[in-house]
Amino acid sequence: MKKLENLLPKLVVAPGFIFGFAFIYGFMIWNGLLSVTQSRMLPNYSEFAGLAQYVKLWDMDRWYVALKNLGIFTTLYVGGSIGLGMLLAIFLDQKIRMEGFLRTVYLYPMALSFIVTGTAWKWILNPSLGLEKLMHDLGWASFGFDWLVQSDTAIYCVVIAGVWQSAGFAMALFLAGLRGIDDNIIKAAQIDGASLPRIYWRIILPIMRPVVFSIILVLSHLSIKAFDLVMALTAGGPGYSTDVPATFMFTMSFNRGQLGLGAASATMMLATVAAIVVPYLYSELRSKPHER
Amino acid sequence: MASSLEIAGIRKVFGKGAAAVEVLKKIDILVAPGEFLILVGPSGCGKSTLLNIIAGLEDATEGALRIAGRDVLDVAPAQRDIAMVFQSYALYPTMSVADNIGFALEMRKVPKEARTKRIHEVAAMLQIENLLDRRPAQLSGGQRQRVAMGRALARDPQLFLFDEPLSNLDAKLRVEMRAEIKRLHHVSGITSVYVTHDQIEAMTLGSRIAVMKDGVLQQIGTPDEIYRTPVNTYVAGFIGSPMMNFIDGVSEGSGAQTQFVFAGGRLQLPAPAGRPVTLGQRPEHIHLASDAAWRGEVLLVEPTGADTYVVVKTQAGLVTLRAPANTRLDIGEQVGLTVSDQHNNWFDKASGVRIDLS
Amino acid sequence: MQSKTFYRVVVYSVLVLAALLFLAPMYVMLVTAFKDADQIRAGNLMSLPTSLNWDSWQMAWDQACTGVDCRGLKPYFWNSVRMAVPAVLISTGWGAINGYVLSMWKFRGSDLLFGFLLFGVFMPFQVVLLPMSQVLGYLGLSSSISGLIMVHCLAGMAGTTLFFRNYYTAIPRELVNAARLDGAGFWRIFWRIVIPMSTPILMVTLIWQFTNIWNDFLFGVAFSGADSKPITVGLNNMANTTSSVKNYNVDMAAAVIAGLPTMLVYILAGQYFVKGLTAGAVKG
Repeated sequence: MKKLENLLPKLVVAPGFIFGFAFIYGFMIWNGLLSVTQSRMLPNYSEFAGLAQYVKLWDMDRWYVALKNLGIFTTLYVGGSIGLGMLLAIFLDQKIRMEGFLRTVYLYPMALSFIVTGTAWKWILNPSLGLEKLMHDLGWASFGFDWLVQSDTAIYCVVIAGVWQSAGFAMALFLAGLRGIDDNIIKAAQIDGASLPRIYWRIILPIMRPVVFSIILVLSHLSIKAFDLVMALTAGGPGYSTDVPATFMFTMSFNRGQLGLGAASATMMLATVAAIVVPYLYSELRSKPHER
Repeated sequence: MASSLEIAGIRKVFGKGAAAVEVLKKIDILVAPGEFLILVGPSGCGKSTLLNIIAGLEDATEGALRIAGRDVLDVAPAQRDIAMVFQSYALYPTMSVADNIGFALEMRKVPKEARTKRIHEVAAMLQIENLLDRRPAQLSGGQRQRVAMGRALARDPQLFLFDEPLSNLDAKLRVEMRAEIKRLHHVSGITSVYVTHDQIEAMTLGSRIAVMKDGVLQQIGTPDEIYRTPVNTYVAGFIGSPMMNFIDGVSEGSGAQTQFVFAGGRLQLPAPAGRPVTLGQRPEHIHLASDAAWRGEVLLVEPTGADTYVVVKTQAGLVTLRAPANTRLDIGEQVGLTVSDQHNNWFDKASGVRIDLS
Repeated sequence: MQSKTFYRVVVYSVLVLAALLFLAPMYVMLVTAFKDADQIRAGNLMSLPTSLNWDSWQMAWDQACTGVDCRGLKPYFWNSVRMAVPAVLISTGWGAINGYVLSMWKFRGSDLLFGFLLFGVFMPFQVVLLPMSQVLGYLGLSSSISGLIMVHCLAGMAGTTLFFRNYYTAIPRELVNAARLDGAGFWRIFWRIVIPMSTPILMVTLIWQFTNIWNDFLFGVAFSGADSKPITVGLNNMANTTSSVKNYNVDMAAAVIAGLPTMLVYILAGQYFVKGLTAGAVKG
């Protein structure tokens, strides 16, 4: 009787976990396997390639462009979202009357698909009919904004659209963190004579460090996966100047018939994410009190 | 129909290897049918673990457990026919009081009519009939406590377990509920095991008390036995409030002239000879006597209405004594203390174990 | 106090300005969708339409071309519905049961299993694309909605399990113990006690999953065929089509249509959405 009680929960989750783990870890390994073969249009397990695909990968200009873009995008996207998010959160924390409404406004972009967002921004940043034209019509005749179609500036358009989408998220987390601070600490500081900006700078923001850290974590992780946004906004273009590892992988695997190469790039993406996430997960799980 | 509970050699070890902690070290207790046994001790003494093992919520590392003669260690909690009242009441928040009380009956597929009848019976017993349609969130602490008991009572189980059920109540409610529990036990006659850290609850509720410390059963006996003949200094100090006074010293002389010699005084008491001993004397058995040889300085006077407790600073340490309510003393006043040769408790100083004078 | 009022003015101005900036793209989308081609050329991003022109909406819904197909977004909309509804329900239910076991019926190694599962929340899905398409091929499910449903369930399982497990760990163990003593078994405790207490987390998970699955593009574009494309893929094809004249108003209308379901969910049940966001980020 007791044995059944012990066994049933395990039996119930077992099939699910087996599938789940096969999906996560099984496929990870399978992908790694693909990356050491000469697979092109179709998987080819008989031709072992060693690290040839990786060598090829790191030899490609396009891959370097993708990595460079990832770096630029991640830094600006995360930085911009956090900066804007923090600002909005701090201001919203000041007992604002329309707080609920404003919060809804800042967050609604997160509810939309990056495709929807990308399509909209593509129109807004349209060189002849979008922002540029608006500025001209408003009297600013010399305003030029063809960033979207210029190879070296297109990536910044992706940043703009990305920050617009995610700043609200950073704000929401920040605000939740701010609200969690014990009021009495603030009161004590006020009695001690500190002005509001000083209180924020010296007391509140340091307490917010863990929140900032988790925002950085989630946003970085989102940026590494940024596929939808780029596809909708620029499709990796002009040329491949806004390619990121995610779009690189997709193009190589599904459009160029280079499965082995695509798999290798996917493995690189995995390695990058793992490098950030695994230490974090490890420390989180370790610090939990050991329950029976 | 009351059942007996036999706890035989129960041991519980947590963890493995170097980190292993022996939370229960071979507990043997035989609870007679209909008895109300109290498990009392400080936090971490293992009483809750033992209770959980009886309930089947935790496994024992070693030993046997028998309810009405039947071995139950391999039986699932649901099949042991045990009802438990938890410290946090653990009422099902989304169900009404009536459904809470009747849940176990529902699990046993008791037909609706019989269930409803029983629910009303139990609710009447506990005077919560007017609450049957409410949700737990709408009840006060005391009301929730009653519902928790009702849920246990409705089952008419072989064994009742209580896990510090009164700890979350305020003092006045606690006294009320204590009486209620005692009354219900009298009416139902179900064998009960009650865990608490409160020695007053232990003394007032139990037919027998089991004092535990660090996973070891220190003493098991009736409240009277525990109070008057504690088996070691730990039990002696744990039961009784204010705490028993302990004075270290040695015996001098022999026969009728035996004296108990300690720092700052000597008393004509039959102290055991041959080793350092500790005298344990309860506050009600130490008296003020203006002409006594043993003297001290009044440190604190605590009137409680019915009595006055006086804490006296002596060379042998602080001594608390119970004095009549109308005692008038000033802080710092010099007083004399007497101790009769009745109600002495002698303990070996090194081990704390009781020395019997017979 | 003058400086205090000044403060307030600055704060409000910044917040309102930010709100306008955040709303601007939505405004532009709507406004453009109501214009006809002439108005677009004549006016600019911000200018209001001279009249409410519903033609682009009509075209977006059932006439616009997405590659070779010129049936508008309608078929893709329904594809998305057929994909999202089962996937959301299945992945949520699956997460609930997993969370229930991992929090209330822990066994040796269950915490470790959970830790390993957590990585599934973070991993880049690029890494499962190729193996998954192989598997779907073997099962005969490539380019099908069922295949998409399967992928979304597998991909979502880690996240939903996380949500439920964290929520359920807050339920006191004594409640489960009381139920066990009362004679309730594993499933009874789940249905009679745990699920009734789960309304908040169910809402959060359902909304979170719906938003993610409806908005997904990666799996949609990798695993769907002509008849199973979800709306995100349809929209992207429509907006990126290089053929013929660019109909910006139709594109905008299409974008709004594609975004409408999740926007509606957000407006109606936004608090749960926010809870999902904050819960997802504050892991463990």
